[in-house]
Amino acid sequence: MIKLRKKTPLIDQHDKFGFYGNKFGGNYCAETMRKPIEDLSKLFEKLRKDRKFLKKRDHYFKHYLGGETPFFKLKNLTRYLGGAQIWCKDVSAINGDAHKAYHATVNALICKESGKRYIAGDTGAGMFGKNLAMAAKKMNLKCKIFMGTKDISRQAPNVKFMRDAGAEVVPVDSGSKTLVDAVSECMRHYVSNCDNTHLAVGSAIGCNIFLKICAWSTSQISRELKKQLIKEFGEIPKLKLINVIGGGSSALGFWNEFIDYDKKHVELIGVEAKYAAPLSTNAKVAILHGAAQYCLTNKEGQIADTHSISAGLDYPGSSPLHGLLKDTGRARYTNASDKEALAAFKLITKLEDIRPSLEPAHAWSECIRLAPKLKKGDVLVVNNCGKGYKDKKIYIDQLGYYPK
Amino acid sequence: MKNSINNAFRIAKKENRPALISYTVCGDNTKERSLQILNSISKDLDIAEWGIPHNCPTADGKDIQNSSYRALQNGIRLNDIFKLVKRFKKLKPSKPMILMGYYQMIFNYGDKKFIQKCKESGVDGLIVVDLSFPDNKNFAKLCKKNSICFVQLIAPTTTLKRMKEIIKSSHEMIYMISTISTTGSALKYSIKRIIKNYNVIKKIKPSKNVVIGFGITEKTISNLRSADGLVVGSAICREITRSLEDGQNPVTNVGRLVRKLKNKIL
Repeated sequence: MIKLRKKTPLIDQHDKFGFYGNKFGGNYCAETMRKPIEDLSKLFEKLRKDRKFLKKRDHYFKHYLGGETPFFKLKNLTRYLGGAQIWCKDVSAINGDAHKAYHATVNALICKESGKRYIAGDTGAGMFGKNLAMAAKKMNLKCKIFMGTKDISRQAPNVKFMRDAGAEVVPVDSGSKTLVDAVSECMRHYVSNCDNTHLAVGSAIGCNIFLKICAWSTSQISRELKKQLIKEFGEIPKLKLINVIGGGSSALGFWNEFIDYDKKHVELIGVEAKYAAPLSTNAKVAILHGAAQYCLTNKEGQIADTHSISAGLDYPGSSPLHGLLKDTGRARYTNASDKEALAAFKLITKLEDIRPSLEPAHAWSECIRLAPKLKKGDVLVVNNCGKGYKDKKIYIDQLGYYPK
Repeated sequence: MKNSINNAFRIAKKENRPALISYTVCGDNTKERSLQILNSISKDLDIAEWGIPHNCPTADGKDIQNSSYRALQNGIRLNDIFKLVKRFKKLKPSKPMILMGYYQMIFNYGDKKFIQKCKESGVDGLIVVDLSFPDNKNFAKLCKKNSICFVQLIAPTTTLKRMKEIIKSSHEMIYMISTISTTGSALKYSIKRIIKNYNVIKKIKPSKNVVIGFGITEKTISNLRSADGLVVGSAICREITRSLEDGQNPVTNVGRLVRKLKNKIL
């Protein structure tokens, strides 16, 4: 069995070929991309040790993204479910409305450092696209966002935001017209323009360097959470950290600081969408978008179609880092259906003031299933990683209303 | 039939012209039709390349994507491809056949089993777009052991140091990507610059057969005729698309196009 190395950041637990546990990740890309990604790797390794750059990052996180996101107990929900204490790390309170803000901002900063003037990214739910468009505008970069036409229509508010921020939204009409095709098209764009364009991959997927940058950026979430937990409890209590998984960028950020804890102390639970669930349905390892990962395929090896009401989860693959966490037994993965996610949204918004998007609604669904089975001393923390306004229309269509 | 790739280059050189290499997608638009197309153009070809369609191709432009999509829609599977290769080789035993695809399709089938099947069906060479150096070392060795030429790629972004390493580990044929792009876009660089890059590779190891691909069309092909070989892919796929859209027979149309291409390099 593969083992995790203690005291080594999760993103750095790869071999010289970019493989985690000899099995996940790698750099399955066209020769044209090799030099640009090598250059980017060198730049990133330099920047992450560079005090000036870290200061700049922190400055942007604080003043541009609004600083620490809140952490609070959901008293009504806790009382209602009558089991574990339920806490919310409300990442959706960030300027930018989702964890993708960290990742987009860091990518724009790296792009700036690289001297490139163009930045390109993929998006499903539009959260990464919107944040990348914002960051690009802020840093005076030309931005292209690749998005499936199905997602353009179901996440219209975010598309408008991207366009208003001056980004070019490139509709992708091939295949399933969703995230998987947007990522492919964005990578093709990079292959053709890697001499002047920085590629910002929207999740912790892709060739080694892209997933490293992503998980490094979102780990701000767990750095804050650790402090907030100590402030509330005086220590790191016995915890369960529940996070939704699409590609898996928010979970990696939410869990990063807790990887070295024993799983009996800090349990990590990932929740996929039921029909886009490679980690929780024993999918095979496949190569998608430059990396080996758990991925839904058909028998022939073609990448399978997925379905989720949530555009951000409608993706057949998963981060190679989640493959590693699964195979080492450090995290466990489950899934929730469209219906369960909608029911969770309904209950949460009835009892509490938060308005999760469809993505974290899946995590809330697992929380609702789990909490009644646990004791008062148990602490559940859910990463509420996205704001619900972008899904207002879908919620109204499905539930008949959108709460105030 | 060992070294039939080398042999194809030798013949072309004797005729003082580059080897002409076609790329079509196996199964486009049907299994039979793709075999008919290849069969009809093979008299003008030195080497035939068949693409293994994959539904997440990260390095292909629109034309090859369309061809792959049609082939997949018509239900092509890897085992069909091996059968078709076998039939092609029976029709044209001396024509080298190279399969080109993405590593996922091979990985899913199993490296060893895949190479074994290639050998059995008469495949002479393999190009795996997203299995680049040095990650391809073991796979290339396995190919060599089975007398299959593993074709390495060199891009305009490849550094000189890396280029030397790639050439050192390469077999008899090397594929030079003409320009920073996916397949089928217009050449971004001048012909002069492309030839210059080509000469850098040739100088390192003159005995290797270096072919140029990406962006080779009726318009550009004659200017690049000093190369050991030229690959035309997207232009042919585009012709198949056009023929199907216009309700014409792609076999005759592609045959005509390849004839024209050949005439330009004679």
